[in-house]
Amino acid sequence: MKFEDEPAPGSPLPMLPGHVSPGRFERVLRAGGFTVTSELAPPDSADPDEVYRRARVFDGYVDAINATDGSGANCHMSSLSVCALLTRVGYAPIMQISCRDRNRIAIQGDILGAAAMGVSNVLCLTGDGVQAGDHPQAKPVFDLDCVSLLDIARTLRDEHRFESGRKISFAPRVFLGAAENPCALPLDWRPLRLAKKIAAGAQFIQTQYCFDMARLRRFMTGAEDLGLVDKVFLLIGVGPLRSAKAAEWMRANVPGLYIPDAVIERLKGAQDQAREGRNLCVELVQEIRTIRGVHGVHVMAFRQEESVAEVIDRSQVLAGRVPWYPARDTAQSSTQATS
Amino acid sequence: MYFMRHWSVRHARGLNRVYRALEGMLVFLDPLWRAIGLQRVEKPMAAVERVTKGLLFDCQMCGRCVLSSTGMSCPMNCPKQLRNGPCGGVRENGNCEVLPSMKCVWVAAYEGSQRIPGGVDAMRKIQFAVDQRMQGSSSWMRVVRERTGAGE
Repeated sequence: MKFEDEPAPGSPLPMLPGHVSPGRFERVLRAGGFTVTSELAPPDSADPDEVYRRARVFDGYVDAINATDGSGANCHMSSLSVCALLTRVGYAPIMQISCRDRNRIAIQGDILGAAAMGVSNVLCLTGDGVQAGDHPQAKPVFDLDCVSLLDIARTLRDEHRFESGRKISFAPRVFLGAAENPCALPLDWRPLRLAKKIAAGAQFIQTQYCFDMARLRRFMTGAEDLGLVDKVFLLIGVGPLRSAKAAEWMRANVPGLYIPDAVIERLKGAQDQAREGRNLCVELVQEIRTIRGVHGVHVMAFRQEESVAEVIDRSQVLAGRVPWYPARDTAQSSTQATS
Repeated sequence: MYFMRHWSVRHARGLNRVYRALEGMLVFLDPLWRAIGLQRVEKPMAAVERVTKGLLFDCQMCGRCVLSSTGMSCPMNCPKQLRNGPCGGVRENGNCEVLPSMKCVWVAAYEGSQRIPGGVDAMRKIQFAVDQRMQGSSSWMRVVRERTGAGE
């Protein structure tokens, strides 16, 4: 998909009627394409090239890249700075904001700054507790939770004012998202929580890993009954499991991550467990695509980011579409020139 | 107290009734509070609240009490102080991701809310960001001021 009004990389796209952001991610979703996002683990480094190297792995396969904000309560390069680097070359980053480390004064300032640097998408999260990470001695802030953060971000954008009521002169044009976990308890409450996030301003949702299609379908039925599926763009979280052992470790140590026994048994029975993990991921993506109300997948492949391309390629969900990346159009035009 | 906290969730229906009656009485006594002076009542009332709600709910005195909308499970006991429902980290046994030996306050809230008439609908209401200045103040006197139009 190539937009006719494609700007120079790093400049915003013209904003279309009915859109809230000048970003590529919102464009692709509203155009109705099955959308793929992935997650970049910010480096423990001050070297911008490390960020670009980590982004390049996804070239041609993802529509937007999430920059995590101290995920797992571990310290890394900040999500805002990763996003600022990515927008310089034209990528569409999704800035994750967690409420763990900053209060509402800092967060609102960051949203303004991010928008000024070309960030068009913000994912509002509560964040992991400090106890989970490498700095358990830190003070947890949690001045806001994800729902009140969504509300405040939407107020900034739509009402052009801070939570205090003070006016801002140019509103941040950001597409707002939230997370959800369809497979975590209490299962009946999850669709209601989704409703709350949508009411507070969420326009897209990226979910935690879903390995259990029965739980996901139950969640989707609940969402449908509440009339939510047409009000939000849902991207379901998937990812390749490296081995049965890794899956067992994740199940025991990543709270809220539900991996059914059948998945672990299947990996155990395979000769090449990593390959079987990718096979399973491809199958899940293909099944997820058929569920009504799903608009895409969010592929999380921590420390095996290079497998995202293979999973997306084999699942054929892009149907021949090549998502934008910095060299895409020059690569295509040069092939055209030679042919 | 952890035991009392769960007793309160199991008795959410009764406690909600008790609270409604108490709120009615406090509002009814508004002329008395005014005669004494709202400022002067604030501190002793907060002290009573701290003791009773501390015993029953492990109340953290946020000053913006929402117990009736959370099935009598105080959301400020959530390590992330979530006020709009459970995070995605609830364990398969219904316990907290941060404190594995504690039941998730929102799993408890969901159970308690089903015991209160209209409780589940109340949980669906968005709770906006807490005004941190209210920490330590009496939630009951705030309700009296709001209901009698005495302002903040």
